[in-house]
Amino acid sequence: MSKAILYDSTLCIGCKQCEGACAQQNKLPYDDNVAAESVQSAHKFTVVLTKEDKYMRRLCMHCEKPACASVCPVGALHKTTAGPVVYDVWKCIGCRYCMVACPFGQPKYEWGSLNPRVQKCIMCPDRVAAGKQTACAEICPTGATKFGERDELIAEAKKRLADNPANYKQRIYGLDEVGGTSVLLIAGVNVEEFGYPASAKLGETPMPEYTGRVMERIPDFIPLWTLVLGGIYWVSHRRDEVAAAEAVEKNGGRQ
Amino acid sequence: MKFKLTFWRVIFLVIMALGLYSSFVRYFRGLGAVSNMTDQFPWGLWIGFDCLCGVMLAAGGFCMVGAVYLFNVERLHPVVRPAVLTAFLGYLLFIVGLLFDLGRPWFIWHQMIYMNPHSVMFEVGFCVMTYTTVLFFEFLPNVFERLNWNKGIKVIKKIYPVLIVAGILLSTLHQSSLGSLYLIMPSKLHPFWYTPAMPFFFFGSAVAVGLAMTIFESTQSAKAFGRQLELPVLVTLGGALLVALWVNLLLRMEDFYHRGMLSQVFKPSYEAYFLWLELALTFVIPIGMLSFKKVRLSPPLLYLASISTVLGFITNRLNIALIGFESFVGHHYEPKWTEFSITLMIIAIGFAAFGVAVKYLPIFESEKAHKLEEPEIPVGAGVLSHAGD
Repeated sequence: MSKAILYDSTLCIGCKQCEGACAQQNKLPYDDNVAAESVQSAHKFTVVLTKEDKYMRRLCMHCEKPACASVCPVGALHKTTAGPVVYDVWKCIGCRYCMVACPFGQPKYEWGSLNPRVQKCIMCPDRVAAGKQTACAEICPTGATKFGERDELIAEAKKRLADNPANYKQRIYGLDEVGGTSVLLIAGVNVEEFGYPASAKLGETPMPEYTGRVMERIPDFIPLWTLVLGGIYWVSHRRDEVAAAEAVEKNGGRQ
Repeated sequence: MKFKLTFWRVIFLVIMALGLYSSFVRYFRGLGAVSNMTDQFPWGLWIGFDCLCGVMLAAGGFCMVGAVYLFNVERLHPVVRPAVLTAFLGYLLFIVGLLFDLGRPWFIWHQMIYMNPHSVMFEVGFCVMTYTTVLFFEFLPNVFERLNWNKGIKVIKKIYPVLIVAGILLSTLHQSSLGSLYLIMPSKLHPFWYTPAMPFFFFGSAVAVGLAMTIFESTQSAKAFGRQLELPVLVTLGGALLVALWVNLLLRMEDFYHRGMLSQVFKPSYEAYFLWLELALTFVIPIGMLSFKKVRLSPPLLYLASISTVLGFITNRLNIALIGFESFVGHHYEPKWTEFSITLMIIAIGFAAFGVAVKYLPIFESEKAHKLEEPEIPVGAGVLSHAGD
């Protein structure tokens, strides 16, 4: 089964230790200035947003059927069976289609680099493979970020919503959005207030299906269209040949 | 030979100098320094114009090859060679444009080994690569004729049917797939432009622009190279353009109606202004003009109608690539001057290369040779009198 992260906004105290642990894990600089940045970037894979006394994390959602992986012409991004959507920098040609395609706007770019990489949360694949939690989940002092099996986390989230209905909006963001994601969010407010795209706008269709519907026709289209084009060519040139032959006949066999 | 500094040569040199400076910024300071692209706007002018519009503007090649060799419209024969040359140069420059836009252009060849068949971008890249090769072979006879190498011409003639069918097949695929690129962004692209029918619209607009560009080019090169305008050619193209525009318009309106967009299309809004501009240039002006027989028989007016069509569909593609994302992103994107200057440099190289090719290769001369070896086709008066039907 695949791993996932459950973020419970009501438990979050905004300490930003997850940001620091993430930076350390990914060998990125982290200081007070970076901590004060309230947007994700090529050097900040996750951010804790604050709105009055409410907090919200943003990070790559690790879609079950990721748009970024399906659009990458060289397959530099892919979803592992364990859950993380990972990036192979060696394959990347820098077309940035993943950034344009991602419905959550997660992949960021090293615009200042001469050999730029696409940067995003990759859900600590080395740690996950070693049976450990992600760095952000491990350091979280309140359990607001929890790492585990996706099914178990969904059950846990449902239980929390049922046990404390007054504290939560009755929804799990990421359960069905774009076909489900490996990051699940529950909160006392709507996540849209923190910049997450609205569920209604995202829909429940996995993003790759929108292109799949067209792409899957191509193998049939190629032989069919070749036949049609070849047929037209043959007919229109055959007409010339016939006309030429008839002209010869009219002249009594003389050319 | 003495090099004379004419007005256009000065312009060319200025564009090249600025372009080279911008290229330096691009490769030694990075994409962030040369462009206004950001994490929110990862695709800018270069994808919007150089790639999306560039491929569309080069569509004249497959349109004319299709008309002449597939459908046997003999009277269009004189424009095949210039159209194929434009397409060949267009695709080469498209690849040059990509080398500026890609973050790691030195790995562009990864496309050939790490193939992801689910990716539309992979399909477009693969088709563009193979089609450029096809165009190279379609262009080769010019060189062989110049070198008087008859054996080469014979070989190309033998494989010509294959080249024609392959070229049109590949063009159908990648012209439409440029539209499929945007199918995966239903929640991001503005509903004026996001439609499952995008692949059809991209192909339809490529055909219309292919015809319009051929009119534009014939008129332009007649002026520039002091050649006679082939009126029957222009009249045929003008008639075909009118049909192509009507088909595009009907499909577009059907799509708006089908998606319940018609009521919003006419409500003023930021996006609506750009849509109106696009619809006016692509449909209202050229269809209005071409509906008159007088216009279809007049080279200068045909020229104007074709310019309006080309500008209209350029607006269409820039709307999709840039304007259509602004409401989702929440801010405007304006290209930096260095982005413009690289685009201008690529266009200028295209014009210069076309001029050089015409000067040294039998791009236009072939009409005479062609007429000598084959019997004259009765076009002239016959076509003119039927052109209005």
